[in-house]
Amino acid sequence: MRVLIPSALQSYTGRPWVEAEGASVDQVLLDLDRQFPGIRFRMLDEQRRIRRHIRLFFAGEMLFDPDQPLPADGELHIVQALSGG
Amino acid sequence: MSTGNGETGQLLLLVATRKGAWIYHGDGERQSWRVDGPHFLGHIIHHLVLDPRDGRTLLAAASTGHLGPTIFRSTDFGRTWQEAARPPAFGPAINGLPARAVDHTFWLTPGHVEQPGVWYAGTSPQGLFRSEDGGTNWAPFSCINDDAQYRQWFGTVQDGTPDGPKLHSIIVDPRDAQHLYFAMSGGGVHESLDGGRTFAPLVDGMEVVEGFAVGDVTFHDPHCLRLCPSNPDRLYQQNHCGIYRLDRPGRRWQRIGRNMPAAVGDVGFPLVLHPRDDKRLWVLPMDGSDVWPRTSPGGQPAVYGSGDGGASWQRYDSGLPASQAWWTVKRQAMSGDREESVGLYFGTTSGELWHSRDEGRQWACLARHLPEVYAVETAYPT
Repeated sequence: MRVLIPSALQSYTGRPWVEAEGASVDQVLLDLDRQFPGIRFRMLDEQRRIRRHIRLFFAGEMLFDPDQPLPADGELHIVQALSGG
Repeated sequence: MSTGNGETGQLLLLVATRKGAWIYHGDGERQSWRVDGPHFLGHIIHHLVLDPRDGRTLLAAASTGHLGPTIFRSTDFGRTWQEAARPPAFGPAINGLPARAVDHTFWLTPGHVEQPGVWYAGTSPQGLFRSEDGGTNWAPFSCINDDAQYRQWFGTVQDGTPDGPKLHSIIVDPRDAQHLYFAMSGGGVHESLDGGRTFAPLVDGMEVVEGFAVGDVTFHDPHCLRLCPSNPDRLYQQNHCGIYRLDRPGRRWQRIGRNMPAAVGDVGFPLVLHPRDDKRLWVLPMDGSDVWPRTSPGGQPAVYGSGDGGASWQRYDSGLPASQAWWTVKRQAMSGDREESVGLYFGTTSGELWHSRDEGRQWACLARHLPEVYAVETAYPT
């Protein structure tokens, strides 16, 4: 599937759109990490919780569970929620 | 990742801020400084440290307000950076204790000279980590991260600093790689004699905020712990409740801050030791009255120094603002160099960098308009 990478993480990918595979949210993130080492830990902590300012959307629906199944095709949007000064 | 245009040279100042890192390259006389930065603009850099064992490995503890924490490593003075393959991260839940996640790495300490490649890291919330490959791969270290007693001493987020509770001031005895110290805000001072396999509190004589139980390690809040380079049996400590000295093998801290002027008090964060004289140290007091403004007392910042192990103190404020300066200096944001006339350096919460070439007698502003300064370290590249 196509994955939209937020600007804060494009230092890993070098571009906003990348391809990744996986049957669940975390499997897609693991595939991203294989391609771009280190990127998953910036989004998911060591207890597999989505970090506070990371938002994930698939087909307009916000995803909260790393184990949520995903179809093979579509777009996963990873968004960085900004706050603070 | 590539930033900056670093190169080897004379003394370096490694400046970590809330919005990135800067490296100041001094000339031989410490008269002029060439600035290199920002590195990691927009990242929170908690600590930037050069490995004195090889004189070229730089580690930066980094996070942003929006992403998970990591560590970057450079061996060319910041020309290029590589991210740690495995940054500090806690393990899964064990011992029936809740699982935890590292919010940020706060403190970095190079290991013993006989253990090249070994580094220690302290995190928020409190955790102790170790790397054996120069900072590329990190693993939880010692029993403390998941020990029920230590979890109790860690307290809760409410017991820590506004930026979260921290493990800091990791110290390796230069005579013995098995002899370690660390401190926690909150959670006291701890010592290991077996290379970190076990730790035990070292808090006798330390005071706590009135109303809390002095016998409960949880309530002890050491802000900065330093071991004398010229006498590893002597430690000094700036605490939430005073300035202390400990002479080993003694176990009872002496509150030498009682000798500070009462109007200034002995509350503060940083503490710097002379590289060759174990009686000489400097602190930078802050206002710890009523609601704890954490500003310069009276808006008149000053460094205080002692040349007799804390029996008496002198005020050093020549060149510093005489009034209406309400900044302060965080626990990692003051350090000294190794020159004959020791240079002192500190960075302020208002983004200024100050230095003295004569052990505090005269101060000058080296840089203004930086982000809030979190850490200042001196380093000698080779």
